[in-house]
Order: sequence, then C-alpha cells, then structure tokens
Amino acid sequence: MVSLLLIIVTSLFFSGFILRTKSILSGRKGPGLFQPMLDIFRLWKKGSVVSGTTSFIFQIAPSAYFASVIMAILMIPHGNNPGLISFDGDFIMFAYVLAFGKFLMIISALDTGSSFEGMGASREALFSMLVEPAFFILLGSFALFTGQNSFHQIFSTLHYGSQISYLLGGLASFVLVMIAMIENSRMPLDDPKTHLELTMVHEVMILDNSGFDLGLIMYTTNLKFAMYGAIISNFFIGMFPYEISIPMFFIIQIGFAIAVGIIESFMARFRMGHNPQFVFILTSVSLLIFFGVLLVLGKFV
Amino acid sequence: MEKISIEIFNLFAILALGLIPFLKTRGRGYLTLGTISLQVILISFIAFRIFENGPVEYYYSGSFITGIIPVRIDYLSAWFILVISFTFLTGVWYGAQYMKKYTDQSDNLALHAGAFIVLYTSLIDICLIQNSLVFLTIWEIMALSSFILVIFEHYKSATLKAGINFLIQSHVCILFLTVAFMWVKVKTGSFDFNAITLFTSTQPIIVGLALFIFFFFGFAIKAGFVPFHTWLPLAHPAVPAHISGIMSGVIIKIGIYGLLRILMLIKTDMVTIGYFILFISLITGLYGVMLAIVQHNLKKLLAYHSIENIGIIGIGIGLGCLGLGYNNHILVIAGFGGALLHVLNHSLFKSLLFYSSGNVYQARHTMSIELLGGLIKKMPNTGYLFLLGSLAICGLPPFNGFISEFFLYNGLFHGLVSSNFMFILFLLFAILGLVMIGGLALICFTKAFGIVFLGTQRSELHEDGGIEQPQRIWPMYGIGVFIMIVGLFPFLLAPFLLKVIILYVPGLNTQAKLQFSEMLGQLTKIGWYSLGFLVLIMVIYFLKGLITRKRVVSLSDTWGCALSGATPKMQYTASSFIRSYRKLAEPILSIKKVKQEAVGLYPHDIMQETHAHDKIETWLVDKPLLVIRKLMNSFVFLQNGNIQAYILYGFVFVGLALLLPSIIEKLMVLINFLNQL
Repeated sequence: MVSLLLIIVTSLFFSGFILRTKSILSGRKGPGLFQPMLDIFRLWKKGSVVSGTTSFIFQIAPSAYFASVIMAILMIPHGNNPGLISFDGDFIMFAYVLAFGKFLMIISALDTGSSFEGMGASREALFSMLVEPAFFILLGSFALFTGQNSFHQIFSTLHYGSQISYLLGGLASFVLVMIAMIENSRMPLDDPKTHLELTMVHEVMILDNSGFDLGLIMYTTNLKFAMYGAIISNFFIGMFPYEISIPMFFIIQIGFAIAVGIIESFMARFRMGHNPQFVFILTSVSLLIFFGVLLVLGKFV
Repeated sequence: MEKISIEIFNLFAILALGLIPFLKTRGRGYLTLGTISLQVILISFIAFRIFENGPVEYYYSGSFITGIIPVRIDYLSAWFILVISFTFLTGVWYGAQYMKKYTDQSDNLALHAGAFIVLYTSLIDICLIQNSLVFLTIWEIMALSSFILVIFEHYKSATLKAGINFLIQSHVCILFLTVAFMWVKVKTGSFDFNAITLFTSTQPIIVGLALFIFFFFGFAIKAGFVPFHTWLPLAHPAVPAHISGIMSGVIIKIGIYGLLRILMLIKTDMVTIGYFILFISLITGLYGVMLAIVQHNLKKLLAYHSIENIGIIGIGIGLGCLGLGYNNHILVIAGFGGALLHVLNHSLFKSLLFYSSGNVYQARHTMSIELLGGLIKKMPNTGYLFLLGSLAICGLPPFNGFISEFFLYNGLFHGLVSSNFMFILFLLFAILGLVMIGGLALICFTKAFGIVFLGTQRSELHEDGGIEQPQRIWPMYGIGVFIMIVGLFPFLLAPFLLKVIILYVPGLNTQAKLQFSEMLGQLTKIGWYSLGFLVLIMVIYFLKGLITRKRVVSLSDTWGCALSGATPKMQYTASSFIRSYRKLAEPILSIKKVKQEAVGLYPHDIMQETHAHDKIETWLVDKPLLVIRKLMNSFVFLQNGNIQAYILYGFVFVGLALLLPSIIEKLMVLINFLNQL
C-alpha cells in the first residue's frame, strides 16, 4: 500500500523533473515541476476525435494499458512492506501483466489502419520482446542470490556482503534504468520530442488517441517511470524504517529522473536499425549479473 | 463397469460406421454428431470415475499372436481422454456447420464422417490399450483415418501432396515405434507395456537410453518436435478447419501421451533424458515461433505455432525428467504439471484459433494474411474469439496459457537453487528460451490478429455472409468459457493434476505434497488476482465512460499526416509489421526475396515478394530426397514398360529367394572345409 501511494505521488512530478533537467542543461529556465501533469489534466477534460476505421479495441486499449500498469505497481513492495499483491513468483506475473497492456496497445495502433501507427506498433513489439529476457535474467539472478522467489522476499532478504554485491546492485540499477527507457520509448532508443513520424516508436503508436485516452496513456508513461524507479529504490532501501526509507525513495526517484534528463540531453538517438543491438546489450549485462551472483555464491566452476 | 462401457463405446463407432452407407448426406451429419457426442459423454463419465475411484485394469485373453491384452486406465489416460474428448466434441459440432459448404460432395463427406468417427475411437483406445502389438495396430488405424481426413479436398494438388507427406511421415513414426516395441518383445517375450519396465531395469543404462531414443523419435514425429516437424506446416493449411483444430489440438498430443507413457515405464538415466528433451524442446519452441512470425498464410502460421507449443510442453517434460533424475520433487510437480496443463490449454486455444480461421476462410475464401483486414466489424464474434485465443496463446494473464507457463517458470526459478553449475546453466537457457518464446509469440499474434481483423480490408475478396450462425459459434464460445475457467480458477484442476503427477513419483513424500499445496495456493491467488485485473480494466473503462460522458466525441478519418483520402493500400501490411524482426532473424531463417524496383523517370509497376522457407526441411527432407531420387534414377532402365521384363524380374526374385538358403548352405560347407585345412 505504501509503495502504491509513493509511486502515485512520484508519478505526479517525475516527468517535471526530467523536463526541468533538460531545460537547465540546454540553458533555459523550463516549465514548473507539475506542468506535465497539468497538461495531462487538461487532456482529461477535453473531448476526443475518433477514427471511423477503429473498433472497440481502440476504445478499451488505453484503459487496459493503464490497468495493467496499476496491476503491476500493486506487486511492488516498499522495502520491508510487501505490495498489495505478493506471492511466490509474482515478478513473472508482473512482466506478463505489463505484456498484456502492451499487446492491447499494439493492436489498438493497428486498429486505426494507419501506416505510421503500424510502424510504431511493429517497433514496440520488437523492442519489448528483446528487452524481456534482460528483466527475467535480472530477477532470476536476484532470486538465485537470495534464494527467494517474490519481489518482497527478494528485496527484504537482499543484503550486501562483499564488494562484488555492490557492483551487482549498481549493474542492476543500470539495467533497470535502461529497461525503463526502452519500455517508455525514450532516448537513446526513441526521441519523444521528434516530430518526424518515421523515427518514432511509442509516440507514433498513439497518434490517433486524443482527449481522455491520450491523457491516460501519457499518465501511464509517468506511472511506469515511477514504477521502475520504485524497483530500483528497493535495491537500496532494504530494511530501513520509514523515516529513512521514504526520503531515500524520493531521492532515488529524483536521481533517476535527473539521470533520464541528462541521458536525453547528451545522447543522440540511435539509428532505428541499431536499436536491437543496443537492447541486446542489456541482456548481456544481466547475464553478467547472473554469473556475478554465481561467483558470489561460489557455484561457479 | 468400465469394461462394458468401453465396449459400448467402441460398439457405437462400429454401429455408426455400419449405418453410414444407408443414410443421406444430412443423415450422416446427424449420425456423426450424435455418435461422437454420445461417445464423448460415455467416455468422459468413465474418465471422471477413474479420477474418483482410482485406476482400473482388466485383461482380454487375446489370441496366440497378441498374447494377453491388458487394458489399463490410469490418471494419465483419463487426463488425455478428457482433453481429446472435449476437442472432438467442439470439433464435431463446429465441423458439422463447416462442412455444409461441401454438401454437393456426398461420397467424399461420407468417407470424411466415417474417418472422423474412426479417428476419435482409435485415439481414445490408444490411451487405454497396453499391449504393444494392438497398440501399433490402433496407431496405424489412427494414422490412416487421419490421412483420409487430411485429403478431404483431394482434387487440390497441394492437399494431396500434404496428405502423402503426412502418410509417409506417419509411417516413419510407426517404423520407429515398431522397432522399439519389437526390441522389447524379442528380449522379454511379452507385448505387455510392463515388459518395458522389466527389460530396462535389468539392462545397463545405455540400453535403456537407446530404447528411449527409438521411442522418442517415433513419438516426436507425431508430436512435431523439431526436426521432425516438417509434416505439420504442410498438413494444417490443407485440411478443413475443424480437422486442423483437432489435429493441432489432440492428434499431435497423442505423441506427447506416448512420450509421457514411456517415461513412466522406462527405467534408465532420467538426467540424460531430461537434458536431451529440454534441449530439443527449447529448439522446437524457438524455431517454431521464429518461423511462425514470417508466415503469410494464417493456418500455416498457426501450424508453426503448434510446433512452438509442443516445445513449451517439452520444456515441462524435460524439467520433470530432470526432477526425477535429481530427486527434486518440486521440479517434477512444476515440470509435469506444467506440461500436462499446457496439453489441455493448447488444445483449447489452438482449436479455437483454427475454428476462427475457418470462419475467416469461408467468409473470404483466402488464408493470406496480406489480403485480409477489418474483419472484426464484419464478424465480431469470430474476431473477439480469435483475440481471446491470441491472448491465451501468448501466455498473458488472465487467460489459461499463463497458468501453464507460470508452472514452468516456477519450476525453473526453483531449480536455480541447485548447486550443480551445468544444471543452473541449462535452466538459465530454458528461462531465456521461454521468455523469448513468449515475446516472439506476442509479435506473431499482434500481427495475425491486427492485420486480419483490424484496419480495413486490404484487397477485393469474396464476401460470403451468414458465416456466424449460432450453431457454429457456440462450440467456439464453449471453448472460450473453458479458457476463462482455467485462467481464473486454476485450482479446480489441481486435484486432477496431482493425481497424474503422483504416477511418476509413487512415493511422493509429504514435503512434496506440501510444496504442491503451496503451489496450489499460488494458483488460487493468481486466479483471484487475474479476476481482479479483469474487474480493474472494466472499472477503469466504466470510469472513463462516466468522466467523458458529456465530452464531445467526433468521428473523423484516421490521422494521415495532412494527407486525406486514405485507401486501404496505405495501411501497414503484415510483411512490413515484421520487417525489423525479419532483418534480425534473417541469418537463421531462409527467406527468399523477389524484388522489382522502380527504375527510370516513368517507372512501371513495382513488386516485392518474400517467401520463408524452412531451413531444416530443406536440409533434412528435401536434399536427402533429391539425393535418393538421383540414386534411384540410375536404375530407371529397369522400369522399361516391358511386361515380359517385369515377369522376368519376378522370376529372378523368386529364384533368388528360393536359392539363397542353399547357396548359403554351400558357402558354409566351403568355409567349414577351409577352416579344417
């Protein structure tokens, strides 16, 4: 319950921090921290334009996408405090529930019969397929490390003994940051601010969504960022009481947002054809983590 | 009770076969419907009784050739009987409507109906009989009757080719099984299945492994493990939709049944077998789905997906074997449990998908994904049922596919605790493979559903209406309901599953039982959370409706980047949807591309075609066949069309056959003589 509240609070200002970082780094003052959220509120109040080609799928997909992310968030613990949903193997359901939302968003893009949106859908499907192994191996490594099989138990029994385990935590954070960037189609995979449809991934998928649905999708992106931030924070807050863990949570989230802003300011977008290679790197890094864990546990021969 | 019921069950089939010649086409349809439905009710009743009262065993005295014929119905048989029966029940009700398009081919339909009944009866009998000779005979009957079902549209050359391919491969399968069974028979003198246990427990491990390899090859051809899968993608598109559904749903599963039965009987090194099956299955799963994505024919795509799902089932079986070998009960439970559950799940969603594709075929007269589009508006029931099947086959919650994949993941992650490095490495690759399979399936089915049912139609096609009659749709909804039940209330199946699993570890200790009940608790939780997830989606959709009730919603064209006047040709196609994937996978697959680019100031029509070929088929079937044909061609002078020459060949053969023993005798005398020198 704690983590749900914290994540929702974070989602309100997360993209504000990213925007602010980017503006400061490019020498502008930038909008207020809550401006992106206010934009979303404005969208929620608007009417919408719907394509005549679409069917019911297009209507329900944004809601299902939002619901899938909420469902996933419910599984995330906050340190010692389990998520609302917690059972052995919950991270498997976590990944698959997110995939459900993605499935519906992809077919809703195809529902419009637009070539732009088909293109975005195709890329989204491919990248999310490529990124999935990294997540599973990462969680598999920590399951191996702690001997536990659920988010809550993994994080509450996770403690750093040797130096190599700090390295593992750092690498895991790197992988999760990159997963979050790919899942939300940000730089260096995709530039949400570009205005050329041919080079976009997520933004081009939702070209036909407008009004409330568009707002819902954009808010879901924020939630997803905050969700991955919460997972990263869990690697570090461990057994601390709330007085320490909650401020730490926010510090990590803000650090995460600033990191995203810095990456987006200083990195160029990759050529679309090079993206799969980049995504594969994540899998190799998580494999590295896996073997690191084997090394720590002395099972490596 | 069971004995008499099963005799009645077989009697029904014989009676129905006898009646077919005396009826008109319509009557034959009703007869088939009635017979199969009655048989299903009868045998399901038996299967449930088995689950309640325990296994049944009885014997027929048999003849002096076969020896005693034992009939043993245990939980494994009962599980498969239920799976097969449900698919046949929906198949016969759906097929009766599907076949209405062919009422002018009366004789052909009669043969089809007869073969259908024979196939069902033989499949059930295969699950019961435990005498190898009788088993092989019934297996042959099953292969022949399914061959007749495959070549229903025998006037099409592609169908006939697929049929003959199927027939040959079925017999290669029988050949392997015959060798394996005869080996046991020669060594033990018994056709009883229990002789396998007896034989392998007294022999060195290597003999057991060799015997297992023969059994595995035989059953793998039927099940469609890579590289024995080549008949599947040919056969499925050629047959009527209800037969495709049944074939993919249960006929290939009889191979899995055989494999599970043999694993129960054979006593040898389970660790090696486990690694072997796990390895083959991972390749099967990945290869199947990788090729499925690049297919342009909807039924062929589904056929390759069956191969993928056989891979998933195989991963479960492999894990189970490793569990047996390493004496790790949780792996046994998760592995065999996942495999058995996936057998059921796959039969549900794959038959649903094939029936939906049958509706599409009869409405639009094509299976080419590139030509279709926008069908969800014309055929909403078919469209949403196909979506249900797609979501389920991708293993997404809250549908049934997730439950079986969860079982497997659970086993894999639990197995990681082991201290055997080799084992951990294998599990790691299995996890990687399973994840990749899931992700690729997502690409595959977003493509299949998105292009076929969404957007607008991509070309001029036949538009036959009246496909979605209630009689045709309700069997499909029946399957849909079962998919939801398994997805939301998986704990209902748990007691059945546990009974089947216990067969593999007779002394399943209390700790393992505890672990099973723990897993049951997880399943129950997953069920409720899935239900909660569905409710959450509905609540959010409802809230959205409530909030936007008073907002203006205007209808417009799809946004075209300042270009209006969109035509269906401007939509994304299936090939372009998978283009980036194809680029990645090109080194592994063999994709032939024919391309004409635009040249000059006033270019002519341009075109591009991509054809995906099955590399394994080329290397394992086509090329060797070519070599054999070349070799045989050098003897073509023998076939000179001269009847006198043929008679001469006959005499030469008979003469040689008669002379051979005496020649050998003379030789022996000579050798003896030389030895004495």
